[in-house]
This record gives sequence, structure tokens and C-alpha cells, in this order.
Amino acid sequence: MDPVLTLYIFMLAAVAGFEIIARVPVILHTPLMSGSNFIHGVVVVGAMIVLGSADSMLEKAIGFFAVALGAANAAGGYVVTERMLAMFRSKGEGK
Amino acid sequence: MTLPAFVQGAWFAGALFFIFGLKGMSSPASARRGIIVAGYGMLTAIAGTFLIPGLQNIGLIAIALGLGSAVAWLSGARVKMTDMPQMVAIYNGMGGGAAAAIAAVEFVKGDTHDLATTALAVLGALIGAVSFTGSCIAWAKLQGVLRKAVRLPAQNALNVLLALGTVALGLATVMLAPARPELVCAFFALALILGLVVTLPIGGADMPVVISLFNAFTGLAVGFEGYVLGNPALIIAGIVVGAAGTLLTQLMAKAMNRPISNILFVPMAAAGSGAAVEGEQKEIGAMDVAALMRYADRVIIVPGYGMAVAHAQHKVWEMTELLEEAGVEVKFAIHPVAGRMPGHMNVLLAEAGVPYDKIFDLDEINGEFAQADVALVIGANDVVNPAARSDKSSPIYGMPILNADMARNVIVVKRGKGSGYSGVENALFYSDNCQMLYGDAQPMAGEIIQHLKAMG
Repeated sequence: MDPVLTLYIFMLAAVAGFEIIARVPVILHTPLMSGSNFIHGVVVVGAMIVLGSADSMLEKAIGFFAVALGAANAAGGYVVTERMLAMFRSKGEGK
Repeated sequence: MTLPAFVQGAWFAGALFFIFGLKGMSSPASARRGIIVAGYGMLTAIAGTFLIPGLQNIGLIAIALGLGSAVAWLSGARVKMTDMPQMVAIYNGMGGGAAAAIAAVEFVKGDTHDLATTALAVLGALIGAVSFTGSCIAWAKLQGVLRKAVRLPAQNALNVLLALGTVALGLATVMLAPARPELVCAFFALALILGLVVTLPIGGADMPVVISLFNAFTGLAVGFEGYVLGNPALIIAGIVVGAAGTLLTQLMAKAMNRPISNILFVPMAAAGSGAAVEGEQKEIGAMDVAALMRYADRVIIVPGYGMAVAHAQHKVWEMTELLEEAGVEVKFAIHPVAGRMPGHMNVLLAEAGVPYDKIFDLDEINGEFAQADVALVIGANDVVNPAARSDKSSPIYGMPILNADMARNVIVVKRGKGSGYSGVENALFYSDNCQMLYGDAQPMAGEIIQHLKAMG
């Protein structure tokens, strides 16, 4: 990838991250930490690419490990965050 | 390698969904939709990856995907709300481990990359590995597997030495490409040990900040490995999380009035223990507490970690409903670092069914304690310690606290006479308007409920 173009992506992504968090009420900090934890679970895609082009036994073993860990990050992060957020409701929405 | 448009498109859509999902999660009303949108983003990105032409080992990929997600899904679906922080820690560690493993495969392959790419691969591997072992220690501490903060002799010197050694090995890996296997192995070993050694001495009270920091770390590691793989979706998701996580970590550290460097390098106990407190703690019974609140106009409840470990949130809400039926105005005051993660108390109260418009932040409610008839402190300690306002020798001096001591009556529900998580004595417990209800939060709330019902 073009390093200079990537630098711009880095910058814009960082600004987006700061902006999104800057205006968040404290009550959502834990779900948001958990939600962002889920989002970096996209590392599983990188792990799939790596395992998908692995040749030697060692590459496959480490790649397999990477995919399993990444999948756990994504799946676990999702289910935990979803459970937390499912509980948020205001007075009007009843029990 | 140029990829077909549908693969690129799937990744692009994934990144877009992540941003919108995260945005949705930043408001209580749209939060649930936010995580679901982000979830679709993940599925889209994964599905697109399967369509890469010439993808090998598809069977292996599917098994690894199934295995990892099944284990995590089942454990995540079963875990109690109270134990949520350590689950976030362990999933985060796995993400860091995955990022490090990606870099490891790149090194094993020995493809030649330009300097910037190799450098980012090494940096991502370092951060990911530290996040992996560090998060495992954070999990062990919160889960109670590891109870004590272990401080090695010359801890800080050792940390610096290890960090320097790891960076030196990383630099050597970058400079001497294609990487020599023994060098790479040593680099990973040192990075993993570094994560362990840095996290071990940190006390449980500081763990929320540490977990948040490692969450940001993993994000950065994912972003860097995304560059190595030439995948913008990974870069965007990783860096957004890295930036958001860094800001979140700062907000948390600020709420505790402990700079991040202090949390990492200065143990709480070494910071001094503050002035000794003179006087007696006055005891009160559950019936008197019930009567005091039943005939009050305004009650503010301050929950802390003690409520979480006792699983008392449901009883506390039942008690609140009884009080409200009797015409008492009840509000919940949440300190930013109450519990083990920011917002941990909010999640527990939400689980019990407390509507979020009854729950107030420190800034919103601090002015109201002076008008409150009763402040009911349930298993919280350091966050209501007035020493943070006045005692310069106290390690928590300067931390913003809830002004529970300003209420007409303060009732503290507490298991015993010991000091709080930070080991600091609490002057509030000895003040004239404060009375102690000794016992586990859940049975105590139960007793209060019985007495409230008897009063009709």
C-alpha cells in the first residue's frame, strides 16, 4: 500500500475514534469499551488472509492459532456487548 | 495482489458498518442497534474474505473460526454480569494475540518487505504480545485466580530493561531482514514476558484503566498488522479503536486522579497511607435504616464494588421500588470508577431493571447530596472518602469524590471494618452523621425490604 496514503487513513481513523468517544455519557463507557473490543476482533480477517496463504506446517499452526484467537475476540466481544446493551432501557420502555 | 471488487467491497462495507455501529453505541437509545450493525459488518467482512480467489486451507480456517467463536460465544453468554470486566479483558487479550500471531506468520514466511512495513509488523507484534499476556494477568486478577499484586525487586528497572531489550531485538529484526528465526523467537518471548511483568504488580483497583489501555493497544496492533497485510478495513477498525481506547483510558485515569504513568509504575501502597483517623464507627440495624429511608424525602444510593460481589443489585432495586411507592425520591449516584470498569455499576443496575434516567454521574448529582436526607453507600469506599478533598498526605488526594458526607444521614453498608481497595482509611465512616450497617449487601438489602414491607 502507498505509505503516504496510509498515513492519511491512520490520521482520519484516529480523528474519527476520538470524536466518537468524546461525546459519550459515562454510563456507556463499559459497553463502549466492550464494543470497541469487539470491533478490533476484525483482526480475524487478517488472520484468515494469513492462514489462507500459509504453506509450511509452522505457518499453518500459527495461522490456525491466529484465526481461533481472532474469532474468539470477535464472537466473545459481540455477545458480551450485546448482553450489556440489551439491558439499557428508559422508564418509558417498561421492564 | 489485486483482489476482486466483491472482496474489497465486503471489507469496505465492514469498515463502514463498524464506524456507524460505534457511533450508534455512543448514545443509550441507539446503543443496541449500534452493536448489531457492527456485528453485520463483521459477518460481511468475514464472508468477503472467504471469497478471495485461491484462498488455501479453507477447511482449517473454518475449523479455527468455529472453534474460537463457539468457545467464546458460550462463555460470553453464560458469564454473570458481575464478571463482565474480566471477560472483556480476556477477549481483548485474544485479539492482541491474534495480531502478534499474524506478524509471526509473516516472519516465518520470510517475504521481503520494505523497511516501513517490517517496522510496523514488529511494532504491532510487540504491542499485540504485551496486550495478550497483560490481559491474561488482568483476567486472572479480576477472576480472583491471582490475588496478590506481585512486585519483583527493582520492578521499574526490570520493566525498563525488558522493554529496551524487546525494542532492541525488534530493531534487529527490522534491520537484519530477512529475519533470523532465533532472533524472532527471542523477540516474541521477551515481548510476552514484558506484558506479564508490567501487569503483575498492578493492583486490582487500577485494573479498569489497564484493561482499557490494553484495549487501545490491541486496536493499534490490529491497525499496524492491517498495514502489513495491505487491508484498509483492519487499519481503520484498529486505529479507530486505538484512538477511542486511548481517550477512554485518559478519561478513566482522570476520574481516579492517577496519571497513567502512576498506575503503571507506582504501587498504591508506596504512595503513602494518609493521616490516621480517630474515633469510633457507629453501628445501626437494618430496621432503623428502613425507617430512616421510609420517612425521608430524598435518598441517594451510592453503589460500589461491594454491591457487585454480593450480587445485590436486584434486591437494591426492589428496595428502591418500595421506597418510591412510599413517596420517597430515590436516585443513584455513580462514581466514574465505581466497580471494576467505568460504567460497571450502570450495567449491573440496568441488569436489575433500574431505568437509566434514575442514574446520575458525579457532576450531575454532587450538588444534591446537601439536600438529601439519606445517602446509602452500598459497598463503596474510596469514592466517598472525604480525605480525597482535604488530606494532602492521602494517596487518593485530589480524586473527585461523591459528596455523600454532605447528606443529613449517611448509611454505609459494608462487610467489615477494614479499609477500602486502595488500603486507605475512610474518615467518612467515623464522622458524626454516618452510621454503619455491617453485613453482606444482599442479605442486608433483603432485611431492609422486609422491614419496609412491614411498615407498609
